[in-house]
Formats: sequence, C-alpha cells, structure tokens
Amino acid sequence: MKRAWLLAVVWLWAAPVAAEDLIMVRAPLGFSDAMNVLQQSARDHGYEVARVQRVDVGLKSRGYNTAEYRLAYLARGKELDAIAAAHPELLPYLPLKIVLFAEGDSSLAVTLNPEALGQLFPNTDLRLPLRRWEADLRSILEQFAQSP
Amino acid sequence: MSNLMPINDTITAQAASSLSLMYITRNLWRLALALLALGALAPAGAAYDGARLYAANCAACHGSNGTGGVGVPIALPDFLAQAGDDYLRKTIRLGRPGRVMPAFTKLSDAEVNAIVRHLRSWQTVPAAPVPRVGRGDAGNGARLYASHCASCHGAHGEGGHGTGVTFSRPRDLPVLPPALNNPGFLAAAPDAMIKAVLEHGRANTPMTSFRKAGLSDRNLDDLVAHVRSLGKTGADAGVKPAKDEPAVLTRISNNGMKDTLDRLKGAIAGANMTLIRVAPFDEGIAEKGRENPQRMAVDACDFTLVNQALSIDPRIGLFLPCRITLVEEAGKVRVMAINPKRLSALFNNAELDDLCEKMHAVYVEILEESTL
Repeated sequence: MKRAWLLAVVWLWAAPVAAEDLIMVRAPLGFSDAMNVLQQSARDHGYEVARVQRVDVGLKSRGYNTAEYRLAYLARGKELDAIAAAHPELLPYLPLKIVLFAEGDSSLAVTLNPEALGQLFPNTDLRLPLRRWEADLRSILEQFAQSP
Repeated sequence: MSNLMPINDTITAQAASSLSLMYITRNLWRLALALLALGALAPAGAAYDGARLYAANCAACHGSNGTGGVGVPIALPDFLAQAGDDYLRKTIRLGRPGRVMPAFTKLSDAEVNAIVRHLRSWQTVPAAPVPRVGRGDAGNGARLYASHCASCHGAHGEGGHGTGVTFSRPRDLPVLPPALNNPGFLAAAPDAMIKAVLEHGRANTPMTSFRKAGLSDRNLDDLVAHVRSLGKTGADAGVKPAKDEPAVLTRISNNGMKDTLDRLKGAIAGANMTLIRVAPFDEGIAEKGRENPQRMAVDACDFTLVNQALSIDPRIGLFLPCRITLVEEAGKVRVMAINPKRLSALFNNAELDDLCEKMHAVYVEILEESTL
C-alpha cells in the first residue's frame, strides 16, 4: 500500500502538464541557415524531411510581397506507414509539419503540438505516438532555437 | 544499435538492467523524496531566471529583446513606464482572448513574477506618475471616442486588424492598436493606466497625447469611463468554440482512385484554385518506386486567399497547402481534408474564424464534387 502510494506520488510529480496547442520558437539565424539547421535537427532526431514547400516562391510568382516562408514535412517512414494503416483518418494532419518564416535577422518555426491532436482524435492508442511526437518536435525545435 | 551488440554484452546489459530495477525498487523511498525535493525547489530556482523563462515563453513572438514581431513590442520606454507590474502579471495570466496572445495559465506565480522582473530590466525611464481618475461621463466619452479613437481602435474598441502579423509582412502601423474591448485587456488595465496613456501618449507608436491635442482632464475621465463600458457592449472577443466540429472533413467515393483523382482535379479547377501537386502520400518518405499508390495527396492553392490569410496570422502555414488526402480501401476511396473550423480554434485568433469558414466551404464543395 505504502509502495503504491509512493508510486502514485512519483507518477504525479513526473506527469507532464497539459500542453499548449502550438509550439513556436525563434532562432537568431538568417533564413537559409535556419532552414539548414532545422532540417539537420530533424535528421538528428531520426526524421526524414520529406518535402519543403516554398510558399514564398509561389506568392512572389503571383505578385505578392512576402518574406521567406516555407513548410517542412517530416516523418519516420515505418512509423508513418503503420499509423496510416491503423488510423487513416489522421492522414490529413500528417506528415508532421513545421512552418519556417523569416523575421528580420531571425527565423521563427511553428508547429501544431501533436498533443493537441489528441483533443481531435481521442483514440487511446494514439496517445503514446502523439506524446512521442510532441517530445521529438520540442527537442527538434529546441535544438533549432539554440543554434548559434 | 542493439542489433549490433554482441551476445555476451547483451546478457551483461540485461543483468545490469535487472540490477538497476532492483536498486530503484529498494530505494523507492529515497527516489520519491529526492523527486519531491526537486519539485519543491524548482519554482524557487525558476523565480530567479526570468530571462530563461522569457526566452522559452515569450521571445518567439515578442522578440529576444522585446522589440516585437508577431507580438507587440514590449521594450518601449513609455509602455514600461505606464504599465504596472500587476498589469503585466494579469496580461501574462489572462492573455488576450481571440487576439493571438495566449493565457499562460500553467506558469507558477513565481515564474510570472520572474518574467515581469526581466521585462523591468529593459525599463529606461522611471514609472509614470499615476493620475487621479474622477467619475467620468461614459456618454460624452463615447462621443469623444468616436471622433478621436475609433479610427485606430475600431468603432467598438475591437482594435487594429492583423494582430500577430510578423514585421516581415506589409503592415499599416508599427504597433497595432490594441483591442480595448478585449476582456483580457480590461481585466489587466486599471483606469489610471488608461488615463495615463491618454494623457501622455506613447512615443514611437501612433498613440499621441490627447491632453496635448486639447482634451481636458474631465474629457479624459469620460474616455476612461467609455473604454471601461466597452467590455459590456463590445463584440465577443474570443474565438468561436469548435468542439462540435469534426477534426476531418470526409466524403466517400464509390469510384476507384483514378476516377476520383480526375474528378478531384476538376473540382479544384472549379474552385479557381491552382493545382500544385498530385503525388503518393508517402512520396519523399518511402523508398523511391515503393510508395503506396492507395494513399494519395493532392495539393492545391488559392494564392490570393493565402496572401490574405498571412495578413491575419503568420502561423497559418499550418493549414497550408489546401491538401486533399485520398485513401483507397475495398474499392472505395475515402477523400479527406482538415477541418479549418476545428483547427482555427487552436490559434486564439478571432480574425481567422471568418477565413476558416470560407476555407471550410471551399473544402466541402471540392470534396462533394469529387465524390458525386
């Protein structure tokens, strides 16, 4: 009984608090360096950068003025395949996406917190992968934000 | 890595792991006490590290040195002189519902105080004198507001448009006029602070001194009374609740993948959108040539709408591009898109709501036309 109580105390202490819906960080990097650092950070965490969508290029080609603005899609192949097979309804929100945009001499990266997807898809078997993705994205963005 | 480990090493590792577990179990008391002690100490330690807390929670929007960006500039001398600690604390705690600035409800009081102390380290001029606020005439304040304030702050105090828009985008003003009817602002700002801003204005922003513009002390009291009344009459400042909205918009096509894709392309053209890409969902992730043809992604874009959206919120990229995902199962194709109305609620930006309703309607039209 005493041990169970202690375990409960330890678990409560260690349980993560509810998270915010979007995760956003700033890095003191010009845009092209920022994009390289972000992609490297994703690879360091075992993710493939599947594609980078150049929204700014599309906007400028149509006459709209914008600073650099791109979307990076990242995933782990086997994990994505398994999730897609088990939960096809999740696919519109995948692969994980990080938006990167320039603001003067620095660059901002923002992503949807996968834990927030848990509100949208309350399947219990998604809880663990969503929590893992959150930890990974936080770590990727932290590494990005702390780049010199 | 574990696949490369020699067998002996694996056994040793397993034994070590068992021993570690036994050690942890036997010392559970000590572990619990150590964790509790750490937990008790954490807030006290954090209280002294406002710079770190600011960097982690505020710098992304307000800039590393408080010069602004997606969020308003904080390191303005007049702002820091006029804003009391209580105003800063309440602003952090309550945020600005519907105006991007979130409510930081999970920070401890010690952490909020540490952030406020860090903001104070940027203060270069002493605190402004606190004016005495008399009982104002809200009716006269409304008339004064219409002629002096509404052009910037909006007829109902709804504030300037494009809150949260990064400095990298074209914007009308260096600092967007705040929403005076916002419940977060009204709860944080005392009457004396509102009057001080009216009296002195704020250097390096479009807010000028209304005393210098000729308004009397009583006029300023009237304006304060009117601003205070905006909370009762102002429009709903928060984002629309979306709990009942599905996360995904889905339609089922009884045609195969190829026919559905053809219809989808037609529907996208019909919606005046530019088709960007039709590709397997796992392109770039699966080995080239081994992508799954039963899962496809179709990207399209209405660049005018995207440009408009970026003028409202730079985080809108999380909605982009307009993507339709198709999954073929048992001869039917599930055609899906994110539900912008549901996603919008996560952004705390009321200005996004209208745009997301528009996007929602476009998605529904495309999905229905492609699955008829």
